[in-house]
Amino acid sequence: MAKATFRIWRGTKENGAPKDYTTEVGEGMVVLDAVHQIQAESAGDMAVRWNCKAGKCGSCSAEINGNPRLMCMTRLSDLPLDEPVTVEPMRAFPLIKDLVTDVSWNFDVKKKIKKFKPRKPDAADGTWRIAQEDVERVQEFRKCIECFLCQDVCHVLREHHKHNEFIGPRFLTYVAALEMHPLDVEDRLEDLKSKDGIGYCNITKCCTKVCPEGITITDNAIIPLKERVVDRFYDPLKKLFSVFTKSS
Amino acid sequence: MATEFSTFEHDVLVIGAGGAGLRAAIEASAAGLKVGLVCKSLLGKAHTVMAEGGVAASLANVDDRDDWKVHFADTMRGGQYMNNCRMAQLHAQEAPARVRELEAWGALFDRTQDGKILQRNFGGHRYPRLAHVGDRTGLEMIRTLQDHGIHQGIDVHMEVTVIDLLKDGERVVGALAYDRERGRFKVYKTRAIVLATGGIGRAFKITSNSWEYTGDGHALAYEAGAELMDMEFVQFHPTGMVWPPSVRGILVTEGVRGEGGILKNKDGRRFMFDDIPANYKTQTADNEEEGWRYVTGDKNARRPPELLTRDHVARCINREVKAGRGSPHGGVFLDIAWIQAKVPNGAEHIKKKLPSMYHQFKQLAGLDITKEPMEVGPTTHYAMGGVRVDGDTQMSCVPGLFAAGECAAGLHGANRLGGNSLSDLIVFGKRAGEYAAKFAKENKSGSIDDNQVEALAKKALAPFERTGGENPYAIQHELQDSMQDLVGIVRTQSEMEKGLAKIQELQKRAQKTGIEGNREFNPAWHTALDLKNLLIVSEAVTRAALERRESRGAQFREDYPEKSAEYAKANHVLKRERDGSMKLIKTPVPTVPADLQAIIQENA
Repeated sequence: MAKATFRIWRGTKENGAPKDYTTEVGEGMVVLDAVHQIQAESAGDMAVRWNCKAGKCGSCSAEINGNPRLMCMTRLSDLPLDEPVTVEPMRAFPLIKDLVTDVSWNFDVKKKIKKFKPRKPDAADGTWRIAQEDVERVQEFRKCIECFLCQDVCHVLREHHKHNEFIGPRFLTYVAALEMHPLDVEDRLEDLKSKDGIGYCNITKCCTKVCPEGITITDNAIIPLKERVVDRFYDPLKKLFSVFTKSS
Repeated sequence: MATEFSTFEHDVLVIGAGGAGLRAAIEASAAGLKVGLVCKSLLGKAHTVMAEGGVAASLANVDDRDDWKVHFADTMRGGQYMNNCRMAQLHAQEAPARVRELEAWGALFDRTQDGKILQRNFGGHRYPRLAHVGDRTGLEMIRTLQDHGIHQGIDVHMEVTVIDLLKDGERVVGALAYDRERGRFKVYKTRAIVLATGGIGRAFKITSNSWEYTGDGHALAYEAGAELMDMEFVQFHPTGMVWPPSVRGILVTEGVRGEGGILKNKDGRRFMFDDIPANYKTQTADNEEEGWRYVTGDKNARRPPELLTRDHVARCINREVKAGRGSPHGGVFLDIAWIQAKVPNGAEHIKKKLPSMYHQFKQLAGLDITKEPMEVGPTTHYAMGGVRVDGDTQMSCVPGLFAAGECAAGLHGANRLGGNSLSDLIVFGKRAGEYAAKFAKENKSGSIDDNQVEALAKKALAPFERTGGENPYAIQHELQDSMQDLVGIVRTQSEMEKGLAKIQELQKRAQKTGIEGNREFNPAWHTALDLKNLLIVSEAVTRAALERRESRGAQFREDYPEKSAEYAKANHVLKRERDGSMKLIKTPVPTVPADLQAIIQENA
């Protein structure tokens, strides 16, 4: 069997460094397999998050050779193994240890977004009637596995650390899923403009590129939300109209 | 020096945050109580996300002949009548309301032509019954519960593992836990506890379960004096991936067969037609053409044999492989690509109905399921066995200790039908939350013994003190190999006796684990602490399986290949003796009341 070297970040931000581990690699292996093998062989205390190992839970996010990826869905056969494979924690979040970061900010952000509020049921038995095509529009966003790779790659968070002013692509997608939900009647546009910082996104589409679920985050979620915000708050005709109605 | 603890107080503590735990927490907090929800991973990552096919509920949106009675009868037949019939009844009656409630909380299921929730066929279900979202129903469900739950004032404790339950006399009054991030101890004071910790899959080598599923709730309850039941019934899902080696065991949804996927051996034979059990004969198609008509919604057609119950399909696959008729990597072929001959735009149809399967095989195996058959084989999937609970309240024999979802026993009997797990979570998650809240309101807080807590924490830290101790990963791997080989899908007395001896050896070695590093996010330590639970559930599975000298449901004994009327009479219950040994008690299967018996007869 062939061997490969993995250059894995060990330790904390203040007290850490990449460390090389060489291990045997077999057919079909993914990066997470190699990390587990190293853990069992020679680095028992190496911290790594994972659960489903099938790209469905979004736990094992990391930066592999500099690219934000799920470790469980990155096959070694797609990487050059003649040089060390670097495996590093996500950079947009505070490092806890090794490959594990503190992603709790994401959970706090979600809590502040206004919850789902359905219209009155359509039928006497308390159920709704929805067309499949209306379901499908939102299902794309609901595929999100909350791996936070889109948050990791977004320069507003990664480079500019605007965590207090900008909810990031994951939660813009979440708001889009709620706003376009066929039953939802809540209004989140004011929040999008003021609290959520949608204006910070300058549609570089980095988030879309890294999404392991292939969600077209920028085009299908963020841009339509931006349009709704512009329509409401910045439409010149509407603005003019509101000036007149106010002064009269 | 005394160990440091942080202390939390809740009225109800829910341990586990998959579908059952979230639903229980929502219900208990809706009763106006202060609820704590402990999850071993981050919120929303529990195994519920892996559920693919759907949630079973007799909404009768696709076939109006369906109702709770048929669902009840299907569940009992699937469980080989070892089920707690009261639970099977409540489950069938309440599942439709629980599914509709999810929709009111934002879940978006696929739709019928007239805009209702769409339902699909699944193994052992007489009519199309599974509400679904493509093949990612579990994700939709857990996300809906999570997004609803975070607005209910529940205190969520993420990445916290409970290692002991604390009692005051007979009652549970608290729990000792550690947080993964820093390794700090936490003491939870509470008046009622709901266990919703899921399964035991990590006791086996080939499994669809993640690292979390080490039987924590089973073991916590057992050590606190509760009873475990039906532990011999471990579901081996017939279709896990078999190649490449690193993905062996990852689940391939039964939805593939529900959408028309067929099983073939290396000779191209649809071997499922060769062995149709007598109790399903009248419900099963006897030719390929009828099977296809069923899949496409013909109400006069009977279901294809690929949709027989999981225990049976898994055994048939096992038999083909053992007889040398398997696929190149030791499985059989599951072919969905063939339906392109029947369906216009077949490739698109498959991708739309089974998007995550398409994705999974494309990315992990480099295989296009719209063009080639998949290679599949059995994988350890689900524990029918668990904490023995009261059917209505979900309380165990320990006052204040409740269990729901996979870690509870009773609903599924000897074999679970696909789709009955997601419905189990929401039906009994709600009930557990409701009755735990009631218990918490009716009972005062107990007191926690600080000395006991101190001793337990010290014990948990012992692996750090041992230099040159046993590697916890090595013990875990040895256990997984042994359980897979000796107490797996085909069992015999001599092998299981060897398996039991191995467990006893590992129990001794697990006392001597040694680990390096410190308490901060140290997976070796976590693995060392999980070993105790894995060994308890492995012992329970093995003892119950040894004693059941017959083949029934998920248990197949090569030395006793037939069903036995004698063994149909009792569930196997395991309880801890005063001296710490595990005792097996045969407990009569609950009698089915006349009205339910009549329903079973009507739907035979």
